Amino acid sequence: MDFGSILQILDSAVRFSTPLLLACLAGLWSERSGIFDIGLEGKMLIGAFAAGAFSAIATMPVYDGGWGWQTGGMWVGMVAAIIASILLALIHGVASITLRGNQLISGVAINFFAAGITVLLGASWFRQGGDTPQLPAGGRFRPIELPLSETLSDVPVFGPIYQNLISGHNLIIYFGFFAVLATYWVLFRTRYGLRLRAVGENPGAVDTAGISVVKLRYSAIIITGILCGIAGAYLSLGTSAPGFGRDMTAGRGFIALAALIFAKWRPVPAMWACLLFGLLEAISTKYQSIDLGFMVLPGQFMQALPYVMTVVILAGFVGKAIPPKAGGEPYVKER
Amino acid sequence: MNTGIPKWVDVILIPLLSLILAFVVSGLVVLSIGKDPIQAIKLMVYGAFRLNDGIGPTLYYTTSFIFTGLAVAVAFHAKLFNIGGEGQAAIAGVGVTLVMLAFDWPHWTIALLVGTLAAAAFGAAWAAVPAYLQVKRGSHIVITTIMFNLIAGSVIAYLLVGPLQANGSLPESSRFPSAAALPTLHDILGVVGINFDRFSDANITFFMALLAAVGVWLLIWKSRLGYEIRMFGESDKAAVYAGISPVKITMIVMLISGALAGLMAVNTVQGQAERLVLGAVEGAGFIGIAVALMGRNHPVGIVLAAFLFGALTQGGVELQFEMQIPAQMVIVIQALIIMFTGSLENLVRMPVERLFTRMKKRAA
Amino acid sequence: MTVTENPGQPNAAAPTPPAIELIGISKAFGPVQANKDITMTVAKGAIHGIVGENGAGKSTLMSILYGFYKADSGRVKINGVETEITDSHAAIAAGIGMVHQHFMLVDTFTVLENVILGAEDGPMLKPSLAKARKELQRLANEYELDVDPDAIVGEISVGFQQRVEILKALYRQAEILILDEPTGVLTPAEADHLFRILKNLKEQGKTIVLITHKLREIMDVTDTVSVMRRGEMTATIETATTSPSKLAEAMVGRSVIMEVEKAPATVGETVMEIKNLVVKDGQGVERLKNISFSLKRGEVLGIAGVAGNGQTELLEVLGGIRPATSGEVIMKGDSIDLTIKANAQKRRHRGIGHVPEDRHARGLVMSFKTWENTALGYHNEPEFSKKFGMANQKAMLADAQGKMERFDIRPPNPQLVASSFSGGNQQKIVLAREIERNPEVLLIGQPTRGVDIGAIEFIHQQIVKLRDAGKAILLISVELDEIQALSDRILVMFDGIIQGERLPENTDKNELGLLMAGVDPEAEA
Repeated sequence: MDFGSILQILDSAVRFSTPLLLACLAGLWSERSGIFDIGLEGKMLIGAFAAGAFSAIATMPVYDGGWGWQTGGMWVGMVAAIIASILLALIHGVASITLRGNQLISGVAINFFAAGITVLLGASWFRQGGDTPQLPAGGRFRPIELPLSETLSDVPVFGPIYQNLISGHNLIIYFGFFAVLATYWVLFRTRYGLRLRAVGENPGAVDTAGISVVKLRYSAIIITGILCGIAGAYLSLGTSAPGFGRDMTAGRGFIALAALIFAKWRPVPAMWACLLFGLLEAISTKYQSIDLGFMVLPGQFMQALPYVMTVVILAGFVGKAIPPKAGGEPYVKER
Repeated sequence: MNTGIPKWVDVILIPLLSLILAFVVSGLVVLSIGKDPIQAIKLMVYGAFRLNDGIGPTLYYTTSFIFTGLAVAVAFHAKLFNIGGEGQAAIAGVGVTLVMLAFDWPHWTIALLVGTLAAAAFGAAWAAVPAYLQVKRGSHIVITTIMFNLIAGSVIAYLLVGPLQANGSLPESSRFPSAAALPTLHDILGVVGINFDRFSDANITFFMALLAAVGVWLLIWKSRLGYEIRMFGESDKAAVYAGISPVKITMIVMLISGALAGLMAVNTVQGQAERLVLGAVEGAGFIGIAVALMGRNHPVGIVLAAFLFGALTQGGVELQFEMQIPAQMVIVIQALIIMFTGSLENLVRMPVERLFTRMKKRAA
Repeated sequence: MTVTENPGQPNAAAPTPPAIELIGISKAFGPVQANKDITMTVAKGAIHGIVGENGAGKSTLMSILYGFYKADSGRVKINGVETEITDSHAAIAAGIGMVHQHFMLVDTFTVLENVILGAEDGPMLKPSLAKARKELQRLANEYELDVDPDAIVGEISVGFQQRVEILKALYRQAEILILDEPTGVLTPAEADHLFRILKNLKEQGKTIVLITHKLREIMDVTDTVSVMRRGEMTATIETATTSPSKLAEAMVGRSVIMEVEKAPATVGETVMEIKNLVVKDGQGVERLKNISFSLKRGEVLGIAGVAGNGQTELLEVLGGIRPATSGEVIMKGDSIDLTIKANAQKRRHRGIGHVPEDRHARGLVMSFKTWENTALGYHNEPEFSKKFGMANQKAMLADAQGKMERFDIRPPNPQLVASSFSGGNQQKIVLAREIERNPEVLLIGQPTRGVDIGAIEFIHQQIVKLRDAGKAILLISVELDEIQALSDRILVMFDGIIQGERLPENTDKNELGLLMAGVDPEAEA
């Protein structure tokens, strides 16, 4: 394998890892506040649908019932994705925080709901069997060439890395990496972050300190909604096949959950975990099977690898993953 | 918690109100895509219960949902959340396929017996690993079973384009020998002179499902093992004090749960498709959660809830044909039922409980 | 927020209003009236005790003062000003701090992070942490409250964790400090240190409310004391004018006989021999460090000690709940399997009954009906079994009915779930189950915790009766009075070892207290 194809694989690993990373960080916010969220998949899916649908509507010609925008349609899609995802997050919040319901069941219901409603609405709005129309350039996030990428391309090693790997991605990808830093900074450097981490470990301590557990948790849930919405929007607005396709998240919400556990609920390790899982996806997309010399690994093996690795790490064979202590338990004042 | 509400309120009124709420919201969804919800309901009821080609498929789906619902319920009694019915049923399908293709079956009874054992064993085995990891390594069983669902998906995808793929381009296995085909309800009811739809997929496993429900009832409420399971579920510390090994009980419960989930493969793989296809489970594992929730983890409730979900699934097919509402409408309804009877249950429970305490106070 | 330079400086001109005035506080949880029309005054700069039995409503009252619960009716005045305490935030603003019985700390945070939580200065952590570090230094010097600010809270001892809780309150400039059963988890030495801190705080003009059920503490440190019984406040008196027996009487509503009537023991041969028992917990910490003793027929062997010094582990190992790391237990000549494979059912077959320390979590399944609970642990016995693994529920029901009559468990309805009984009746269900099996050895942990006085006498009588029938009884209790009243021989445990053995007639509270603190008075002398 030459340097060029390695770069190519790494480049697509970055692209594949972006939705995972955003969803993983989304889960991190929720779970750090003590709310388990197995509904990342559903929120991403509804985000992807809303993004695809509203970007399509914004860019459709007026005579087709659209708004006829030439540019900027993707921003309509992005806002719609975030709103839709927040709405589902709030349902999860009402169930888990206000009504003290079962957070796992709520997650299952949300995944189901998203799987159904996206196709239902999509099919009745666009009549393409649940998919949304292909988006024109004005409805998508386009790659951004970073300054000097042409000039530096002749510099050995660094030049191609800069040009192919670092430059040339769209805004959402850069945002994903920014979100890692922002999450880290807020969580570990600010008052809000301290309180949020505390509420995930011992809500009683937060309550007796005179801080509202409910407000803190809702705020975390909303951030989860925003990030899931952006993750979904990336899938339909930021990839080479723009537009929403039914069930397009294809389990990415669960891989993100796996990455979260893999990273032991920490933001920077979450980035590495998602890059790793993105790399696995890139490899399995490029090669049908991998010949190791002594045996041939089927492509499905690479697909399953993130899940297997998560099971292994959860079982504590490679370092123990301890979730936030108050996770999954609704907060009730002791009697 | 001792809330002091009458039992009928807990097991009938609250689920019923939640269900109504779910249907009202579903109606609003239908309205939002410009269709008539009243007409949709009529159509679904007609589609699900119409003699012959309606009730037949309904019972076919019901069978699967009884199995997955019982699977979730048994685990729930030990306070274990088996969200892995999906994967367990899928792998059980592989088990059924392997034994069906391995022999020339002399008679369907033997094929049914061996198929059942294979399905139960494979389903149990797929549940055993997460159970073992929970008791021995402390991994959260919910996350592990989710991961095992996804791993099962990859395993089957691999098998159906690899070792198990039949000649041809479709990702499916060879057809089972015809002697292994199970009698359908048409065949069985024909014996007693009832002319049931001959094309329906409902088969003898429906009666197996009912038997399984009776078995679970005996297990949970009448047997000593069931006593231990419930004790472990209510208080694991008390169970240890009483001499019950958490390792043993978790393993046993998850094996039973996985086996029950696996049994649905006898219905779908052996009874209906007669070959292994992609996506044979189609969410039935998850619907089991809703069925167990609705049925309050009691076999009678589970059979009724499974029938409801079976009717919904079949009624949804009708919606697509007659009103051009995509079949996904059913998934939306199912999701809303899971929500309102599950995670949002307190939306109904809290006001109802308050009402009853107030009535009690007034009476006192 | 500004730091008051001289907190609690009495105002020379006007008489100081009381720090706390509670007027007509009532609070109900469902049908349970936890507080009934309670009025209480605490003078500024005083240490005020609140005593009462478990469930008398002490913690509820203080949780209302701290804004954790909302009172159904009543008023609160702080320093003479009517104050509406809607939540903990308002309580903190009014200068009230509380050290809860179960600490409200985040285990994964450092001491410093725990202290600033909710009292940060501005949105960024760095300046808050720097300021708190300085302030902590000052408080440590002033009140003997030294704690490493960078230690992870989950890794320090409970005594230190409690100091963190006090520091939290002081950092929030609390002028009134409420402590809920602060010594329950402390060794006598740690408790003494705590009381020194409290006296220091008092000298600085802080007002302290101490909730406890230990009369000795009230007598030692408080200026005034209020007694609560069944949600009502029965008396408020100056501590100097009262005595422990008067307080006890006020607590339970009649004079209490601390003595248990019993004949001298007829001690027989050794039934159980414990040799070099070592138990490590999940973290590998040794909880029992090479313990040896023997238990004889016809005696009550009492084990005294502050909670958490290995008594729980001892009981659990003997009861078959927890494996031993090494050592041997010999019962009637045969050694008992102490590995993980041995379980409590096998232990019962060997003739070991076990009334566990925590009946809510272990001894009973709260949501199970009485007839299911009376079979707990014995459910596989032949009389409760039917063919094909079925349970003989009729036999279980009949058995429960008989037990309820013989042990006077009220109401005598075996279909009621365990949670619907009072603490005393719940404990009787457990005792009936374990005693009626006629065990050779009965292990009893905290037999009367949270049990009303009437039931205590009954339970004590049953224990003595079993002893007189020639059985061996191992009694573990944190109540020294109970140990002294019931035991024929006393072992004192401290930090996983047996610190000393005494006969009840040859010792007193003082000596036992020293042993419980890890001091051997004989060795010292």
